[in-house]
Amino acid sequence: MVKDLEDVVIRTASRILIPFIQIYSLYVFVHGHGSPGGGFQGGCIMAASFILMAVAFNLNMAERRLKERTNAIFCALGVFIYAGTGYLSFLYSGNFLDYGQLSHLLPTDPIKARYYGMAMIELGVQITVMAVMVSIFLDLVTAGKHEKTPEEDGND
Amino acid sequence: MTDFILSKYNYWIYVILIMIGFYGMMAKNNLMKKLIGMTIFQWSIILFYISIGSKKGGTVPIIDPSLHPAIRAVDYINPLPHVLMLTAIVVGVATTGIALSLLILIYRKYGTVEEDEILEALKK
Amino acid sequence: MMIHFPALIVVVPLMASFFIFAFGLFQRRVCFPLMLGTLAACLVFAAGSLWAVLSAGQPVHYYLGAWDPPWGIEYVVDHLNGLVLLALAVVCLLAGIYSKTMVEREVPVAKHAPFYALFVLQATGLFGMTVTGDMFNLYVLLEIASFSAYALIGMGEGAAPFAAFRYMIFGTLGACAYLLGVGYLYIITGSLNMADLRQILPPLYQSQALIVGFAFLIVGTGVKMAFFPVHTWLPDSYTLAPSSVSVLLAPTFTKVGAYVLIRILFTVFDPSFSTTLLPATQVLGWIAVAGILFCSILALAQADLKRMLCYLIVTEIGYIGVGIACGNRLGLTGAIFHIVNDIFMMAGLFMAVGAIQAHFRTRNAHELTGLHRKMPVTSGVLVICGLSVIGVPPTCGFFSKWYLLLGTIQAEQWVFMGVLLLGSLLNAILFFRIFERMYFEVHPDALHQRREPGTTFERAAVSEFAPMVVTAAFIILLGLFNERIVSGILAFAIPPGF
Repeated sequence: MVKDLEDVVIRTASRILIPFIQIYSLYVFVHGHGSPGGGFQGGCIMAASFILMAVAFNLNMAERRLKERTNAIFCALGVFIYAGTGYLSFLYSGNFLDYGQLSHLLPTDPIKARYYGMAMIELGVQITVMAVMVSIFLDLVTAGKHEKTPEEDGND
Repeated sequence: MTDFILSKYNYWIYVILIMIGFYGMMAKNNLMKKLIGMTIFQWSIILFYISIGSKKGGTVPIIDPSLHPAIRAVDYINPLPHVLMLTAIVVGVATTGIALSLLILIYRKYGTVEEDEILEALKK
Repeated sequence: MMIHFPALIVVVPLMASFFIFAFGLFQRRVCFPLMLGTLAACLVFAAGSLWAVLSAGQPVHYYLGAWDPPWGIEYVVDHLNGLVLLALAVVCLLAGIYSKTMVEREVPVAKHAPFYALFVLQATGLFGMTVTGDMFNLYVLLEIASFSAYALIGMGEGAAPFAAFRYMIFGTLGACAYLLGVGYLYIITGSLNMADLRQILPPLYQSQALIVGFAFLIVGTGVKMAFFPVHTWLPDSYTLAPSSVSVLLAPTFTKVGAYVLIRILFTVFDPSFSTTLLPATQVLGWIAVAGILFCSILALAQADLKRMLCYLIVTEIGYIGVGIACGNRLGLTGAIFHIVNDIFMMAGLFMAVGAIQAHFRTRNAHELTGLHRKMPVTSGVLVICGLSVIGVPPTCGFFSKWYLLLGTIQAEQWVFMGVLLLGSLLNAILFFRIFERMYFEVHPDALHQRREPGTTFERAAVSEFAPMVVTAAFIILLGLFNERIVSGILAFAIPPGF
């Protein structure tokens, strides 16, 4: 009886808090330029929201919200954004990760373009860090048993 | 002598932490405790780097736009070690992740994470 | 486009690794071609970088993010880098081709995509360590390479996760020691760029913090390159790793560590500091000598063929250490040439042993009787690589040992010379035992008894013996063209100050 009540308290509180945690992570990410924060920190906080979901409810609920395959795609997507920003500067014959060349793409001067370039790569970092943290947590918590082989999945 | 200890207290703290971590890595039998020792070792190096960036009377390295012509670099603490250590923290997190996964594999196979029991099982 | 090659060789495999990871989860068959394409592209980049250095005659600099050093990270390719990078790229590609059938045997199907992703990530780390000109960037890439190694080794048989865990504890100790060394250098100078440190450090050579930082750097690099007393992580982890992983790691990882040691000793610090002001190279030389003797004798005692080769890796690193310790041009030429040769020799040896294990389920050296009739190509490759390790012309091993011996004679280090010769003798005993069993023993066919009744002998796949044959060809070619390599590339690869 007490345990049911405890569950109710935790679940209700988590349901209210999780969206705010996710918004806070975006807040931390955006403010990384001028105050403590940035991609890695924001990504960890975002991952913390999913881990809270997995801890307060059960793993199936967290799995429904963020599937394994989607997680893997996020992991790669962040790296593509990061490396893609670097490759964009190749198109304008700059060096790798030369954000100044992004001024050809964005309507700003080269100095401000470096500012925006850094924000773009921080976005990539945030997505990857979130995906990797959630994936590490899921692997450790289920002791690796949550993976389905492609044959079971019917997908090869 | 006390001046030698007090004026360099950040180095003393990091040395003591490194030795604690090192002791954990070498002398403990349980693999999880070895891992914790290794983590303490890595984190104390991060502390060391951050401590070398601080200055007496320096402030947080965020430029106030209203001060634009009057900025002197001397007033701010060095942000470069902080940035380097962000990377080192990520490396530490990745190390912990891999180590814990390996520990799960070892536990599944041997049923224990005590090093001497595993070595006994390997000898057979 | 060619000016971007130094950066592309690190960035392209990094992105490809995540491509393989993401797409491999949906469509497994795309992993192997993607990996092969990436490693082939890296070979093109490495060859292009070396050609750019040779045609310009001086090092090629690449500034990441267009920030000038010392504020930005720079990638430098010079003669030393370029040659090691080319050798690494060739061997990584050959290891990739070799892994096709090996992976299907040893790694469960669900893990193929992560395996290939880690394979390419390991290659990223290795290339990056070779090409970077920034001390902290080297630490980051060192850790990328190390993590991929831990994870790849952990996929092996039997006690592999345990061996990988112990390797990880030891390896992190080494990497943290390296980080501490970089930290000490940063405190004193405020710079992390290798060329910049070379300019700033000379007035500071007497300071205690610098000497401690130097010591940390040497110890950290020594752990990563499996230098004698801190080599104990190597035998267990490389023996228990899957064959495809051993073929990738064994030739490359420790040699990149040796390259980093040469960089730290002679490019970041002035050679006079490392040889005379602080007798660092002397100490390293004596430790290397002890390592050669100890590990050669331990190699003789092994029944498991792969474990014997692991001890041989440590012996070869000992030879490179002796070359560094001579402190003259000849010795260092021998050491650098030995790095390049050893990459190919170890690749060939580990590929051969992997093929033997795959087809006969045994790595026991006593059961190899009559191998040449069943696997003629593999035994041929084993012979050529073995002769190279011993130092028989015209294989390349002879010429690098020749330069090493000349270096020790010129430095008048008679003990080093004696130990080099003794090491060759011990290696000869080691390999001639194996050759005798493979070619000349006529009775009981232990190999026939190993096979289950009713099975037929499966021929080695083309993807297995083609890389072996190419490696053996490279060993002989490097030996035949050694004069051109030494006078054309290595003469410029020696850092200034000798």
